Amino acid sequence: MLSRVADSILWMARYVERAENLARFIDVTLNLQIDMPGSAHTQWEPLVRATGDDEKFKERYGEFNEQNVITFLTFDRKNSNSILTILRAARENARSIRETISSETWEQLNAFYHFVRDAADTDAVQESPGDFFLEVKHYSHLLNGVTDSTMSHNEGWHFSNMGRLLERADKTSRILDVKYFTLLPRVEDVGSPVDDLQWSAVLRSVSGFEMYRKRYHGITVERIVEFLVLDREFPRAIQYCLAEADNSLHAISGTAAGTFVNPAEQHLGRLRAELAFCDVKSIINQGLHEFVDSLQTQLNLIGEGITDTFIDPKTVV
Amino acid sequence: MTSSLSFHDYKTESFFDEFFDANGRPKSEAKILIDRINALPDYDLQTRQEAIDRALMRMGITFAVYGDQQGSEKIFPFDIVPRIISSIEWAHIEAGLKQRIKALNLFINDIYHEQSILNDEVVPRSLLEDAVSYRPECHGLNPPRGVWCHITGTDLIRHSDGAIYVLEDNLRCPSGVSYVLQNRQVMKRSFPQIFSETRVRPVSDYAIRLYETLQSLSPEVSDPTIVVLTPGMYNSAYYEHSFLAQQMGVELVEGSDLVVRDGFVFMRTTRGHKRVHVIYRRIDDDFIDPQCFRKDSVLGVPGLMDAYRNGRVALANAPGTGVADDKVIYAYVPKMIRYYLDEEPILPNVRTYVCEHDDDRKFVLDNIGDLVVKAANESGGYGMLVGPHSTKAEQTEFAELIRKNPRNYIAQPTLSLSRVPTVVDDHFEGRHVDLRPYILYGEDLWVLPGGLTRVALKKGSLVVNSSQGGGSKDTWVIAGNEAQLQVQSQSE
Repeated sequence: MLSRVADSILWMARYVERAENLARFIDVTLNLQIDMPGSAHTQWEPLVRATGDDEKFKERYGEFNEQNVITFLTFDRKNSNSILTILRAARENARSIRETISSETWEQLNAFYHFVRDAADTDAVQESPGDFFLEVKHYSHLLNGVTDSTMSHNEGWHFSNMGRLLERADKTSRILDVKYFTLLPRVEDVGSPVDDLQWSAVLRSVSGFEMYRKRYHGITVERIVEFLVLDREFPRAIQYCLAEADNSLHAISGTAAGTFVNPAEQHLGRLRAELAFCDVKSIINQGLHEFVDSLQTQLNLIGEGITDTFIDPKTVV
Repeated sequence: MTSSLSFHDYKTESFFDEFFDANGRPKSEAKILIDRINALPDYDLQTRQEAIDRALMRMGITFAVYGDQQGSEKIFPFDIVPRIISSIEWAHIEAGLKQRIKALNLFINDIYHEQSILNDEVVPRSLLEDAVSYRPECHGLNPPRGVWCHITGTDLIRHSDGAIYVLEDNLRCPSGVSYVLQNRQVMKRSFPQIFSETRVRPVSDYAIRLYETLQSLSPEVSDPTIVVLTPGMYNSAYYEHSFLAQQMGVELVEGSDLVVRDGFVFMRTTRGHKRVHVIYRRIDDDFIDPQCFRKDSVLGVPGLMDAYRNGRVALANAPGTGVADDKVIYAYVPKMIRYYLDEEPILPNVRTYVCEHDDDRKFVLDNIGDLVVKAANESGGYGMLVGPHSTKAEQTEFAELIRKNPRNYIAQPTLSLSRVPTVVDDHFEGRHVDLRPYILYGEDLWVLPGGLTRVALKKGSLVVNSSQGGGSKDTWVIAGNEAQLQVQSQSE
């Protein structure tokens, strides 16, 4: 397929996943706020900080309260990382490859964008934010379902799938990082009794509460980290995401699993091997934040590897 | 306020109406639809119209409102009442279009080779050499079967005398066929039963016919790689480029996706370079190759013309076809038909005054207030004076332009376009329409039964362009026999 098209389909999927995860981020904070009255200031600020846009936010909005943060992260057209602008970017990418994706996918993404854009002009979100973010997640799920069941699982789909799962791995790690920090500022607190309610909210934010329960029953921080990082079956766990992204990468290149012929496969294979032979204790000992930092560096290398291999090869093949 | 749309109070107001004759009686081809609409429950038609508007928005069949940072988009307005053409009339139109396209192709091939029509002084040589869209670079080129123009969208109008006239030929990159196909899809969803009762001819095989036409341009390759070349997503016809590529199942490429290497054309893919055999280009001649035509073009592919000249890639339409879009050359098409085919034109031209001719120029200058004056090489309503709607100052300005450069101007009578009933708020009113059928020329000539009916939605307006309050309608060609209701493709 055309390199430009591969790039656009990958970014379309990444942006949609990014928008969905931003909704999850906000949603978990809303829930935590309900469970921890009076904690608003400590909850909303880290959310903006995690996006790296806190300076811009302070200039324009000042106070880190619910309404300001939600507006900034959801509808602000000047914020290049708001749900609305991210979806717009997804849609621009999709528009440039309409002939490659299925009409159903395009229409669903179009409806998704219009839903958020129209909501920007009403008070619906301020009145009932939970419902709105639930709806955002639904639109994203619908889009994924429509894509999976209307598009041939060909090279284009694999680029989309790879983009989606790499983005998801990145975002799951960030949700964990931010909430771990907010809920557990001191390393010594690991293992001490924690508020079930709060960590349940974190699990719920990645739709993982029920699946976690089936696997572990009781809530401990260590198990939650294990579940979200190392689980091989839960579709938002980092290990699962990387395994699926790796399958798509090999489907695209035709290289045998477990081997590599390009930098993308090399970096992704190495990261998978690292996770495969890692246990949660070593992650916690290393420090979760340090672990997430290193993970993100490696995800960036994988992204660069994909570009160098498929999109913009340095040498003409 | 009436609660239901019906034709009981509809007035043709002395215009030629496509649904009703001068005495207000329904025409036979429209009768079934008129009866069905009259019998619909209250508000039914409005509900269906709203559903269609929503569907068009959802499908993203929109055009961007330029200069709007919020990314607002509008749908190309669609009116639910179709235009209907009887099978007999369509047979006449179809024969006329085939005749005209055949003659135009012979003309283009001739002027880039022997130029016998110039040598025989049927068309003045000076006229050709002054035509802005004439491409000397194309001399001696030999597209397969001598066909230069593979895809045409001819603009037709019906005048108050009831006859169909050719207004423009559009031999370069005619657009709009995607609306024909989408309009039909939404109409079928809205009126499933009426379609079978009224025996409307299908249009859904356009994409496969287009594919076959393109395939035929690369006869030596059994399974050629075909692409659609677009200027990009900010082009106003981008939706159509993408739609056609999707419907044909081929890649939609931009200039930067293509590269010429060792004289062949390749596209950049995730697995390296891949050879391209046929390009359906939706970029004007001027921009397709900066090495050959406009040097500043960033939309095109350097070296493309060389590859084309050496027969290593096929282009549809061939470069150089635009010469026959020159509005002065248009005036000579009836002569071309007689010259090349020894036939009388089936579809007449609109009476055209060529300002270069002294008699014509005098007539135009004396009657400028009643005529439509057009510059030879402009399109899309630019460089145009509509006499009856112009000021004295504008008329003086155009008279001066004509005197200075008579070669560049023609004039035509102000035509009265026929009307079709159209939904206006809660009732029907007649609105003026034109018609753009689409013709493919590969192994054979094929005319899509139907075409884009554009409608001037503003009361009294004759301007059907979407930028100026125009919309579109589905176009129903009634089948003359059972075979015409089938969709057949030549291969598979």
